[in-house]
Amino acid sequence: MRLKLVPDNTNFDFFGYAKITFGASVVAMILSLIAWGVMGLNFGIDFRGGTTLRTESSEAIDVGAYRDALAPLELGDVTISEVFDPGFGEDRHVAMIRVQAQEGQEAATTDTIETIEAALQSVSPDIKFTSVESVGPKVSGELIQTAFLAVGGALAAILIYIWLRFEWQFSVGAVVALFHDVVLTIGLFSLLQIRFDLPVVAAILTIIGYSINDTVVIFDRLRENLRKYKKRPLREVMNLSVNETLSRTLMTSGTTLLALIALLILGGDVIRAFVFAITWGVIVGTYSSVYVAKNVVLYLGVKRDWSKPDAGAGTQFANIDA
Amino acid sequence: MLQIDLWKRIVIVLTCLAGLWLALPNAFYAPVEKHNDAVAAIDVQGSTPELEAQRALWPEWMPSGLVNLGLDLRGGAHLLAEVQLADVYASRMEAQWPEVRDALRSLTPVRRQEAPAGELRVRLNDPSKMAEALQITRDLARPVTTVTGAGGSDIDVSGANGTITITLSDAEKQATDERTMQQSLEIVRRRIDEVGTREPTIQRQGADRILIQVPGIGSAAELKAIIGTTAQLTFNPVVNRGSNENDNPGIGNAILPAADEEGVFYTIETAPVVTGEQLVDAQPSFDQNGAPAVSFRFDTSGARKFGDYTAENIGSPFAIVLDNEVISAPTIQSHIPGGSGIITGRFSVEESTNLAVLLRAGALPAGLSFVEERTIGPELGQDSIDAGKIATMVAFTAVLFFMWASYGLFGFFANIALIINVGLIFGLLSLIGATLTLPGIAGIVLTVGMAVDANVLIFERIREEQRNAKGAARAISLGYERALSAILDANITTFIVAVILFALGSGPVRGFAVTLGLGIVTSVFTAYFVTRLLVVIWFERRRPKTIEV
Repeated sequence: MRLKLVPDNTNFDFFGYAKITFGASVVAMILSLIAWGVMGLNFGIDFRGGTTLRTESSEAIDVGAYRDALAPLELGDVTISEVFDPGFGEDRHVAMIRVQAQEGQEAATTDTIETIEAALQSVSPDIKFTSVESVGPKVSGELIQTAFLAVGGALAAILIYIWLRFEWQFSVGAVVALFHDVVLTIGLFSLLQIRFDLPVVAAILTIIGYSINDTVVIFDRLRENLRKYKKRPLREVMNLSVNETLSRTLMTSGTTLLALIALLILGGDVIRAFVFAITWGVIVGTYSSVYVAKNVVLYLGVKRDWSKPDAGAGTQFANIDA
Repeated sequence: MLQIDLWKRIVIVLTCLAGLWLALPNAFYAPVEKHNDAVAAIDVQGSTPELEAQRALWPEWMPSGLVNLGLDLRGGAHLLAEVQLADVYASRMEAQWPEVRDALRSLTPVRRQEAPAGELRVRLNDPSKMAEALQITRDLARPVTTVTGAGGSDIDVSGANGTITITLSDAEKQATDERTMQQSLEIVRRRIDEVGTREPTIQRQGADRILIQVPGIGSAAELKAIIGTTAQLTFNPVVNRGSNENDNPGIGNAILPAADEEGVFYTIETAPVVTGEQLVDAQPSFDQNGAPAVSFRFDTSGARKFGDYTAENIGSPFAIVLDNEVISAPTIQSHIPGGSGIITGRFSVEESTNLAVLLRAGALPAGLSFVEERTIGPELGQDSIDAGKIATMVAFTAVLFFMWASYGLFGFFANIALIINVGLIFGLLSLIGATLTLPGIAGIVLTVGMAVDANVLIFERIREEQRNAKGAARAISLGYERALSAILDANITTFIVAVILFALGSGPVRGFAVTLGLGIVTSVFTAYFVTRLLVVIWFERRRPKTIEV
């Protein structure tokens, strides 16, 4: 008995609700942008500078007492949050303390860190500092720039590659879908106020990589079918292509999600935000491959008549099956 | 139709075996690591029975390359230091002043004016001699030696209103920056080597930064104590001892605070008798009272100068100055001819040890400021490794089961390919000496999830081709052929992303990019070539009329 996620020869009408699904995507993107604008991202120290201390103690954490201990030090903005993880034992209590960048210092000086540690030790004598990280405002500014550059560069590179291998409409469709995924991820991180750090940007780039993977597979089938069924309307051919690849799409998303969920639950709290972003991205990316990328191509239309050569189409590499 | 040349089969099998062979040491991480450490130690300090025993933990003929564990997995300290390049401009101008003064002396007396750091302003008593003065000053310039070989002088000289302004020229600044960075890197490296830790990373980043990563060190503060000090040591004549830092020190003198006594200031002559550059050795030791101290030895010219000076100045004090603080100012009791001496101060044992290290390794040409620092405790690293291991195992098992349940025998082939794939990733990581970070582990897990994609594409395609009523062999062959273009496009785009991540990322993110990128290469290889080989071998033996994918 075989496990089958999708029966053979499906014939769902994926584009029957094109307006609704596409509209839903547009609304979700707008909501994400609003969340981003209003609530903002909860930047970690990588992007705004400052110091974080990860503490571990055997007694329960009293956030108020920590706060009181740090108040006399006049450190400015201090956030204290307790960290929970199924992997922690009964007597293991972990907290993350974030302190804003101190005036006149790049990375926090040894003195600053020592006073913070001493103050916390007075509250909880057996406290251990399992990690201390400090980033100066100068570096964090550069890291933001690099992050934007990385996401922009990845989108541009993919735009060019797809354009060379397919047609410009596909390329636009793919990049709009990727943009959609990135915006929705940022929106979710704004909404839930999850700490947004350098690894999360890496996660977004991974999402781009994954989502494009999905999109390209369907495009590839579409290209093949467009050559096969020269007379059928574009919408029908697209629907056929999505149906034909549906089983694969769900299988791959399934295995990837399976692996990611294992990591999400068991991988520890240090990379949870990173894994969460990728997991979310796989879900959104799978959706956008079908509903965003294809819809865009459907709206833009595709050149069907290949009897006349079109010098400007940019498809001269399309037949290379390397 | 369904065949693979013998040589191709051999290449595929050999590639897999080579990868797994290289990956093997990672399965025995602790003993191999001990073996490698022992080999390195024997190389440096000769063999001892203990080291020999450690070396024997892993056979010599086996590969011993290991995947390096990143700081986030092993624990350690990470520092990003910015070299204060402008410091050097200032000290260059400081050195330029006596030269200018002496050159102009015969023409007209000059006075030094207040000026921003890195600039020298000299006022002429007789402004009418400006033209000649400019000429004389310009003659002091030396040609710059740059990489490009372009000529030019090392200083820019201009004159206005009876004042001559001297700065370093842009070409000279560039050349100086380059030198300063090289020296700083070298000194940082030497200091860390002196402390002796395993596999430190010391890299230049951009124009003025140095990245330092030291696994196994307790905290970034410890690391800063070693590399954060400039350690410019000089021995200067003492003019006066006082308690007012705002006194007028007089020309050629400076007022410096005492390191061990609050509120005490020494007026010293800025021209040193001897400097730390002339030290050949420094060791932590104890003075006659048993207090920690540092003993040192000068080179020949330093010893002569020091000897002469002490002979001439018996009874007067001299200052031992470290980074603009007077560590101690003993009185010269007798002529010290041998060129060796002892620095006392209020040191702890740790401080005297550190100071000895710093003096041995030499002074940094410019100050360092730290723009980023991270300390990760070894416990946290171990937690991450444990969590990563469990998560990888579970993810792996789940995917293997899922593939088998979905594709039966073909799924089993894909699973073998997947196991080889993870082996190959580790083999390649060990081969290139890459660093595995926590996001890197996530990258491997993600690769496990995504690696089956190629097989899913192929198997789905075979199913389809079968439905189109073709023979089993033809369906398999077409499945592999027709899925290839999608597999390549999908993986090339992901690979582009991995390259961008690698180019722009740093630290853990870069580690992720490496595993993701390698994972793409190995997964295409295993999912396409290895499964095809397995399927073909199976097909040749069984010759089934129909296949069930």
